[in-house]
Amino acid sequence: MAERKLILITGRSTHQGVGISSGKGLEEYQAATTVLQLNAADMERFGFKNEDIVRLKTSFGSATVKCNSADLPEGLAFIAFGPTINQLVGGDTQSSGMPDSKGFEIELELVSD
Amino acid sequence: MQYDHVVCAFCGCLCDDIGVTVEEGQITQTKNTCVLGKAWFMEHGKPQDLPVARINGQPASLEEGINAAAEILADAHYPMLYGLSSTSCEAQRQVIALAEILGGSIDCCTSVCHGPSGMAVQGVGEPTCSLGEVKNRADLLIYWGSNPAESHPRHMAHYAVTQKGMFIPNGRKDRTVVMVDVRRSLSARAADIVIIIKPGKDYEVLWALRALILGHKIEADSLASTGVTLEQLTDLADRMKKCKFGVIFVGQGLTQSRGKFMNTTAAFLLVRDMNKTNKFALIPMRGHGNVTGIDNVMAWQTGYPFGVNFSMGYPRFNPGEFTIVDVLSRGEADALLSVASDPVASLPSTARRRINEIPVIAIDTHESETTRIAKVAFTTTTAGIGAEGTAYRMDNIPLHLSKVLPSPFPSDEELFVRLISRVKELTS
Repeated sequence: MAERKLILITGRSTHQGVGISSGKGLEEYQAATTVLQLNAADMERFGFKNEDIVRLKTSFGSATVKCNSADLPEGLAFIAFGPTINQLVGGDTQSSGMPDSKGFEIELELVSD
Repeated sequence: MQYDHVVCAFCGCLCDDIGVTVEEGQITQTKNTCVLGKAWFMEHGKPQDLPVARINGQPASLEEGINAAAEILADAHYPMLYGLSSTSCEAQRQVIALAEILGGSIDCCTSVCHGPSGMAVQGVGEPTCSLGEVKNRADLLIYWGSNPAESHPRHMAHYAVTQKGMFIPNGRKDRTVVMVDVRRSLSARAADIVIIIKPGKDYEVLWALRALILGHKIEADSLASTGVTLEQLTDLADRMKKCKFGVIFVGQGLTQSRGKFMNTTAAFLLVRDMNKTNKFALIPMRGHGNVTGIDNVMAWQTGYPFGVNFSMGYPRFNPGEFTIVDVLSRGEADALLSVASDPVASLPSTARRRINEIPVIAIDTHESETTRIAKVAFTTTTAGIGAEGTAYRMDNIPLHLSKVLPSPFPSDEELFVRLISRVKELTS
């Protein structure tokens, strides 16, 4: 089986930004911050289909999200900022105050399709 | 009631041409807002069904809440004060005074968004300009690690890309727009040139660009790991040297990636180099409505923009020591005061673990994950909707925030004046 590892980028999205005002507890915000975007070739390599539920893991924690294909370079995944994905981020800031919120390695496994 | 020329304080653009309609005590319509601004006005303009204070989740009077919060703060050995990016400068000034009285640490959302840009400013200076100059003069716009279409939806239309200006009579036709990013974001549709780089390679690309601008030769192979070709970089360098007025807008793609303040320092140095031959500036794409304000207020009150500690009786600055993620992840603070922020939702898991162990005081305009777990929670009114105040735009221009609605809740400034008074009584 292919090694299921990618570099994850977190960032802003329109729906995530709206959710900051309308309520993080609402379904729209939850949906906006729990969808992982992947390159179609990576999805095929990993055996994932759109809407599959996958678990992401780092040495700091894990998170369960939905996955979908998107226009991204191979090897790169994107997800909107939010409490779910912050579980994967560690507290080491390399004396900068800034945690590693972008460009860290994640391991993926299929939970259900 | 119709209000015109209202400032939207959701994001760092602080668009000042907003129209707001108020009917029967709530905002019913907005004009000129983006999707984010509209949500901000409409949601914060609704009546809030929350008590002014809660202690352990139970409704309390404002005075009871202030007493409980003051006792927590007065008993703490190392209180941490955090947030402040979505409140007025007047409130920010009060919170800094409270941090000094308590001898605690104070940090703002800057440390987890553009702290590395602030560190670059301290290291090599800030070659900047106003967004008005961008609108009227800039013929080359480079968005680096930024996705304004989703984070600052009116930035390109209101200030930068499509606006006609004094020396940019044809608007979009007179400007070249470049997007540098690790992915083709929605913003790429607005660009003439898109340069995709490998994650974590911003520093290398910026340094190579500096070398080209300064006339050095680069081996094409040396760029192999960056995902960018020498042809792409040479073309960009040529455009930068030929433009009349260039601006780089720096996003969190630089500040949150490997290299952090070294990335932003490289970008600032690149812009400094450019000014030897032509006019160039850099503006960080600041996220929250008054995150630029807290940097300014912290700097004029303490000498430093974020991550400040008062335990020695005078302000000390040290990112990595007094910044929120580090203090909490090391398990150091024994009380947390959160103002206009949601650290439970936005900080890494290591910091959240400490938040769950210590008493939390949360002050916000609406319910959040942090107010839900707080020992004492206050509901305040939103600066720019229910209270007047001052906010700084991302280019460090201060703007007046209007009050367009009456509110049953105090402003953050009013609350902190009372809280400081009670803390002084307990600690004197």
